[in-house]
Parts: sequence; structure tokens; C-alpha cells
Amino acid sequence: MELRKREHKQAEIPTSSMADIAFLLIVFFLVSTIFSSEMGLQIILPERGEEVKVRKSNLARVYVNEIGDVKIDGEPVKLDMIAIQVKAMLAENDSLIFSIKTNPQANYKYMVRVFDRLKQGGAERISFAPKTLPKK
Amino acid sequence: MRFVKKKEGAAGIPTGSMADIAFLLIMFFMVTTVFRAETGLELLLPESEMGRKLPNRGIVHIYVNVKERISIDDKYYDAKQVSIVMSKKMQVDPTIIVSLRIDKDAKYDVVGDIFDQLSESKALRVSLATEKKRG
Repeated sequence: MELRKREHKQAEIPTSSMADIAFLLIVFFLVSTIFSSEMGLQIILPERGEEVKVRKSNLARVYVNEIGDVKIDGEPVKLDMIAIQVKAMLAENDSLIFSIKTNPQANYKYMVRVFDRLKQGGAERISFAPKTLPKK
Repeated sequence: MRFVKKKEGAAGIPTGSMADIAFLLIMFFMVTTVFRAETGLELLLPESEMGRKLPNRGIVHIYVNVKERISIDDKYYDAKQVSIVMSKKMQVDPTIIVSLRIDKDAKYDVVGDIFDQLSESKALRVSLATEKKRG
């Protein structure tokens, strides 16, 4: 009997598509990589104890209540009108300082919204009114 | 005459090394991808139009989520402790910019406290993190 040594053919996994898979993965990463750039509204906070006395005529009080309504110097202002009003106020007095007093129960986004609108109106000097008078 | 149509084999550019190149590229991207060092807190940032891009370095993040939990460098703090933490950071680098990543629906109360704490620790360069307004 002739034992025919039949060479057991090795099961071949076709590797020709490996390159395709690799390229697909590369393209996936290329496309899905997000360079997250942080954006933010810039503020310079006042130093503690540096509270400067401001003339009343140079101060514009902006009040934000708990549902996000805005009052400037006591007058309710619609959101879309804030920027326009700010421009007008700055035209009359360009050294005007806007002080934002926000109700502690208001959502943060309301304050940011007002800040954003003030900036859109061209306000450069914006301050945040402290919760309580500074304890000295 | 029998035309033996000899199919001309495509000019053989050895494509066997394509897989190697591809894997090299993958390795390159895997290695150069920089992952964020801190997890922070899950939150939704408020929108704004006047936001400006922040530089890539020299930023300290303060996360405040909707439950008013404060996280700095992945450690939780109370509002009153913020000034101590920030004073230490200011000692290391006085030019840091503080990026306040506060959930848009967090109550303003805690934000006011944080502002006070930052004033005390003299970390005055602050940025309120926002998303670009869409639509």
C-alpha cells in the first residue's frame, strides 16, 4: 500500500483584504477625531478689596430674575432689545459700567445669556454684583 | 491562426506591503492622539455668540454640574474650598486662566460663590465656557 503522503494543504486565510480594512480604520479615525477647541466668554474678576467706588451716573444696574427676565436700571427689557439698548446707553456714556445682579435661584444660562447680549451691544466693562456686601 | 489571447498581467506593483504601511499609519494616529487628562463632570454648557477661543495650555478647569457638584482636577470640592485650591494653583503658575465649565441649568447661587472664591485667591483671569450658538 502506498501511503500517499498527501500534503495537508494549510487552510489559507486570504490576507489581501487586510490593507482595505486598515485603510478603513484609518479613515474612520481621521474623520472622527475632533480637535475640541474650548470657547468661552472672557472675564477679569476684581481683586478682593479692590472695590472701586463708582459714580452712580456711570453705573447701569442689570438685574436678572429667577426666570431669566432682565431689567436694566429698573426697566424691563426684552432679550432681543438688550444689545440695542446697550449700544444706545454707551453712545450717551461710554464709560458706563454694567453691573449684573442675578437672582441666586436663576439658572446660570440666564446670566450667561445676558452677559452675551451685553457684549453684543459693545459693553466692555461688565461686573458681577456680589451677593452680600463685602465683610470687612 | 489561432490568436492566443494572452491577457497581459497588470504591471505588478507589489501591493503586499500596503498592509504594513496602513498599520504604520494607524499606529501613528493611535500614538499621537492626546487624550484628555481629566474626566470632569457631565454637563451641558450654555450657548453664547461672543465666546472666544481659549489657548491650549495654562488652563485650569472648574466643573460644576447641574447638581452643583464642583470638580477640579477630578476631585470634588465644596464651594468654600475653591479659593484654597486655586491659591495653590496660582502659586505654581500665576498666569493661569480659569475655565468655568458650569452646567447651563445650575442655579446661579453657586456661581456667585465661586466668583467670590476666585477673587480671594487672586485667580482673576476667568472664562465662562460656552458653546457656539447654533442657528
